[in-house]
This record gives sequence, C-alpha cells and structure tokens, in this order.
Amino acid sequence: MHISEGVLAGPVLFSGMAVAAAGTAIGIKKLDFDQLAQAGILSAAFFVASLVHVPVGPSSVHLILNGIVGLLLGWAAFPSIMVALLLQSIIFQFGGLTTLGVNTVIMALPAVICYYLFAPLINKKSSIAMAAAFACGFLAVFMSALLVGVSLYFSEKNFFEVATLVVTAHLPVMLIEGIITVFCISFIKKVSPEMLPGAR
Amino acid sequence: MIQEPFASGDSAIHQLSPTLRVVAAAAYSFLVALAHGLPTLAVALVFSLLMVLFARLPLGKVLQRFTVVLGFLLLIWAILPWTYKGEILYQFGPLALSRPGVLLCLEISLKSIAILLAMIALVSTMTTARLGHALNRLHLPDKLVYLILITYRYIFVIEQEYQRLMRAVRIRNFSPGTNLHTYRTYAWLLGMLFVRSAERAKRVHQAMVCRGFSGKFYSLLESPRGYRNWVFVILMSLSLLSLAILEISAPTMLL
Repeated sequence: MHISEGVLAGPVLFSGMAVAAAGTAIGIKKLDFDQLAQAGILSAAFFVASLVHVPVGPSSVHLILNGIVGLLLGWAAFPSIMVALLLQSIIFQFGGLTTLGVNTVIMALPAVICYYLFAPLINKKSSIAMAAAFACGFLAVFMSALLVGVSLYFSEKNFFEVATLVVTAHLPVMLIEGIITVFCISFIKKVSPEMLPGAR
Repeated sequence: MIQEPFASGDSAIHQLSPTLRVVAAAAYSFLVALAHGLPTLAVALVFSLLMVLFARLPLGKVLQRFTVVLGFLLLIWAILPWTYKGEILYQFGPLALSRPGVLLCLEISLKSIAILLAMIALVSTMTTARLGHALNRLHLPDKLVYLILITYRYIFVIEQEYQRLMRAVRIRNFSPGTNLHTYRTYAWLLGMLFVRSAERAKRVHQAMVCRGFSGKFYSLLESPRGYRNWVFVILMSLSLLSLAILEISAPTMLL
C-alpha cells in the first residue's frame, strides 16, 4: 500500500518523514549487527511476498503482510519496511523519495502497534492465538488504510471522497490478510516456533 | 522476474557520480512535490523529459512505468472534478465539472509524472548496489546501508525460491480461486518462504562471521570524476533555481 508522488502536501510529507526517521532510528538501535542478516533477508522475503497476487472474485489483490512483519521483527519493522519501500521505488517506481517517509509510517506504524498488541497472545492456546493472528492481519491493513486516508485528507480536504473510497476498497484485503495471517502464523508455529516473539 | 531495465547504460547520466545524482534527485523531487503553480510544473515536466532523453532510456519501458501511477490518477480524475466545490466549468445534467477540481487533478498529474520521470532518469539508472554505496558516502547510518545492500542482494534469491515453491504447487494442479483452499495454500507457501529465509539468514550470518564481519561496512566505490559532474551540478542548480523563481513569481494556480 503506498501513495504516489505529487499527491500529498508539504506538511504531511515532512511529518511523515519525521515519524519514519524516529521509528527507523529506534528500530536500528534495537537491531544488533548480529541480527542484520536476519532482518535484511526477511525484508527481502516481504518484498517478494508483496508481489504475490491472490484472487478475489474476478479481480486480484496483492498482499501487504505488515501484520506478520510486525510480529516477526518488532521495532525492526520500521527500517525493514523503509528499505523494502526504497527498493520498490527504485526498481518498480512504486511510491518515491518524497513519499518514502509517509509510506513507511503507513505500513510500519501499524506493524509495530500489532507487535505490541498481539505478540503476547500468539503463544497462548490455539483458539486465542488464532483470533489474535486474524486480528493482527486484519487490523494492520485497516490501520494502514486509515493512515492513507488521513494523509490524503490532511493534504486536501476535498480528497475526502477519494480517501473514503481507498479505505472501503481495502475491506476485502483486510479479510484476506486476516485469513492468511492465521494460516501463516499457525504454520510458522508448527515448523519454526523460535521465529515468533516470546519464544526467543 | 525482478529486473532493473534502466540500471546499465553508457549515457551521459549513467556516467555521473551516483552520490551527486541521489542528492540532485532528492532536491528536485521535493521542489516539484512542494510546487503549486501550473507553469512551474509544466516546465518541470519538460526538464524531466530532457533528463530521460539524456539518459537514453528505452522509451517503451519508461512508458510501462506510467501504469504504476495511472491507476491513482484515473481515480482522482474520476472523482475530484465532480466533488470539488467551486466555480463550475461545465454542467452535465446533475453533474457539475468544477474548475478548481480540474486544476487540482492537472496539478497532481503533472507532479506525479515529472517526479516519476526524474527518478527513473537519475536514480533508477544505477544499480541498487551503487545506490547503497552512494548513501554510505552521504553518511547514512551503517546499519541502514547494510540493510539496503543485504535486502537487495537477497530479493533475487528469494524470488527464485518463491518461483520454485509456486512451480511445486502448480505441478500439484493448484488453480487459484476465491476460496479458503487458495488462501491456505498461499499462506503456507509464504510461511515456508519466511521459514526458509530465516534459515538462510542464519547460514549467511555464520558465513559473514567466518569471514570476519565486525559490523563495519567497507565501500570500495570509486566515484566517477571529471567535467561531466560539474556540468551536471551547474545544469541541475540552474533548473532548480528557475523552477523556484517561476514558483515564487506565479504562486497561484494559473492556466
């Protein structure tokens, strides 16, 4: 999920950059040199995963997975997502330099919030863990869509209709991300539980 | 497949110092993103087109990149002119086409396309490895530069890993549809991708430690020198200056 260049107003761009810089600074501080390979390769994996299109009725949506990013990386989600977005903007021209800050906040802030909300619940018994995983996938995309809407609205009051359309258009994506997060987390729990928070 | 169609070449722009190009691209994108006057933006579009011409890029591939912004631009053109309150340009029955709405759409379209073209011409004309080195030169935190380089190094590997898993499910007659089976299959496939990535990361880290990785990043980038860089700096400063002057002298939206 990203906003293209030339759409947002100056104040929104700069506040996005400030928040993204703060988040990235915290993320980098918490990231040891020992974990760099881990974070880099996982952010490459998320880069690839976001190119996956899953079918929804006659159309298809691409996955965002920032909920899972948050669970697996915690605060490191900020630098990780920023790097993935930078590479996307250079290799595919998705987003860009001026909107890098805003786009990082849009995807990474919900990831970190989901980490704090749901990481303690993921290792509970399976019904709670599954509900938490669904909520994590669903809410991460919901908050991202909301942040897109808010950035558009604060740039230009007349973007209101566009902003509501963006949020409602992401409703099916939220459901699918919720479902995929449930299966994905239960898979990781079986195969490689030490990747999940709390096990470390 | 992930490709970098513009990264290699021998045009005037390809031979400039990457560090200079990153700084110029950032300054230019911000100036254009913050400008409002239509004359400024029209001139910026011309500058951006010139940059693409100087970089001698395959025009077909450049046009393909437009599809990225086209979706959003079509969306705002479909909504804003009809919902923006203001002076009415045309009246189609119950629908009114508002003048400020059309102007805003025009402004956003010009900005998006001008910045997109400049970014392709200045930044996408280097490989991400060189970009990492350029950012290292600009004293970005070591860890961040390292993260960029390692992510870049592994997107291609992991994409192949993903293609391999996809082939495996296709051989088993997987046909995606809107059902739980499809989503479960994708989720497990991605879960496998993450697990394998994490395993790979452990091996990579061990290999790095074996080779004496101590957290210091060494960049052996030799920046191209020569008169071209000076010409570029002068031309770029002149374009930025002229855009700034245009913006100040015609700050309101004019047609």
